[in-house]
Amino acid sequence: MVRIETRQASVDFPIFDAKTRSLKKAVLGMVGGNISSDDRKVPVIQALHDIDISIEEGDRVALVGHNGAGKSTLLRLLSGIYAPTSGTAHIEGRVAPVFDLGVGMDPEISGYENIMIRGLFLGMTRKQMESRVDEIADFTELGDFLAMPLRTYSTGMRVRLALGVVTSIDPEILLFDEGIGAVDAAFLEKARDRLEELVKRAGLLVFASHSDEFLRRLCTSAIWMEHGRVKQRGDLREVLTAYKGRDPWLDDAAGRA
Amino acid sequence: MAVTASSNAAWAGARKDLVAGWRSRELWAHLGWQDIRQRYRRSVLGPIWITISMAVTAIALGILYAGLFGNPLETQLPYILVGFIVWAFISGCILEGADVFIKNEGLIKHLPAPISVHVYRLVWRQTLLFAHNLIVYAVMLVIFPQPLDWSSLLAFPAFALLAVNGAWIALLFGMASSRFRDLNPIVGSVVQLTFFLTPIVWIYEDFLNSDNPTIAERARLAEINPVLHYIEIIRRPMLGQETVWHHWAVVVGITLVGWAVTLWAMRRYRTRVPYWV
Repeated sequence: MVRIETRQASVDFPIFDAKTRSLKKAVLGMVGGNISSDDRKVPVIQALHDIDISIEEGDRVALVGHNGAGKSTLLRLLSGIYAPTSGTAHIEGRVAPVFDLGVGMDPEISGYENIMIRGLFLGMTRKQMESRVDEIADFTELGDFLAMPLRTYSTGMRVRLALGVVTSIDPEILLFDEGIGAVDAAFLEKARDRLEELVKRAGLLVFASHSDEFLRRLCTSAIWMEHGRVKQRGDLREVLTAYKGRDPWLDDAAGRA
Repeated sequence: MAVTASSNAAWAGARKDLVAGWRSRELWAHLGWQDIRQRYRRSVLGPIWITISMAVTAIALGILYAGLFGNPLETQLPYILVGFIVWAFISGCILEGADVFIKNEGLIKHLPAPISVHVYRLVWRQTLLFAHNLIVYAVMLVIFPQPLDWSSLLAFPAFALLAVNGAWIALLFGMASSRFRDLNPIVGSVVQLTFFLTPIVWIYEDFLNSDNPTIAERARLAEINPVLHYIEIIRRPMLGQETVWHHWAVVVGITLVGWAVTLWAMRRYRTRVPYWV
């Protein structure tokens, strides 16, 4: 059973500065009178308010909204990285978050070893990764470089390696944050197919992106975030039209005509 | 604060974190091993570097303090060496423990994982370092044989106890210092001070059995330092000395209290760590 359900979930980030981070100040504030006049209350940024969503197995949800709307924070809430500061979030299933392709990569070790580690971080076992290594190596086309330390790679090569690993897993819950990054066009075409295969294997998908093309290919429904709240939830075409102000499908037809 | 349905849910959350973290053994064991390899990558001596630095320190200080205290080298050197190896483990767990979540901020904010994973990795890494240093101990046994017997096997459960303590200390201080950043340097200073308060270069029993009754009495005060007991439970079996059970009692007591406090803290603050780092 794979699903995510949040009820009235909010995420508030405390903003610490040097004073509020200090144990000494916290303790001194408790004894004696108020010597300092600074306000000890920690300011808080309300990133998400009252998020009520339910995502079931088989759902392919697009996440759209302007920068700063709370898409990345929502993805982190859905992945379990942030527990809600109020409300609840219930996550069933193994989460494979793809937020930063480079996380967990170690520049000092070889490409092969990085594949292993990245896979372990994504919840795969050693045996599973070992059986996939060859397939990933073929896909990345990195050849002999795979035996070299990661620090010798160009950015594009690193992205290829990361993409290779990330698209080889068997996710139950796949959460994708946009910004796949610097890859050459030919490779991106190859990656797109592999990405589609990955999404097919996933139990459920939430994909945050500004790219209509990707969203239309991979998703069936959408959530529109604005100022930390869910503005609209529904069928992909409906929500995208509301968000963009015009129907992206009609643009195609107009383009072809 | 995270609103939980009931207090049961919060305890369950803490327990699940520890269990799930343990289950990700493949990940943290591999990472801990990588951490060690990192230390001697691109170095000429390789892993031997870790053992040699321990050996050189122990030999130099052994000769110095044997001279200062007027002890025979075959008594002073093994005492110092074993003390150093164990101290390295204990202080490593405490110092790195206080830093553990701060250092892993990137991973914590990008990958959903039980926070205990980072602690297990740390304790495993320290265990591997301890094992590297045991090579020096083995060489020492050849040069200065110790009267080891069956009771020396107590060193194994003693080390297990040390590791279990390393875990709660790292969890507790790690959580606290991710919220209060000045805790890190405070812990650093206290650990430095504790080194001198602990019988590592000075032999506890010598002062306890001193001819001068004032000194003998005052030596007892050293037992206020909990680390003394931790070192004694493992150093005594490793040097073939007889077991002093009250040290074990103190360590077990601290372990239970420590874990109780840590579980309580985990219950309340475990989910705050990603917000604090």
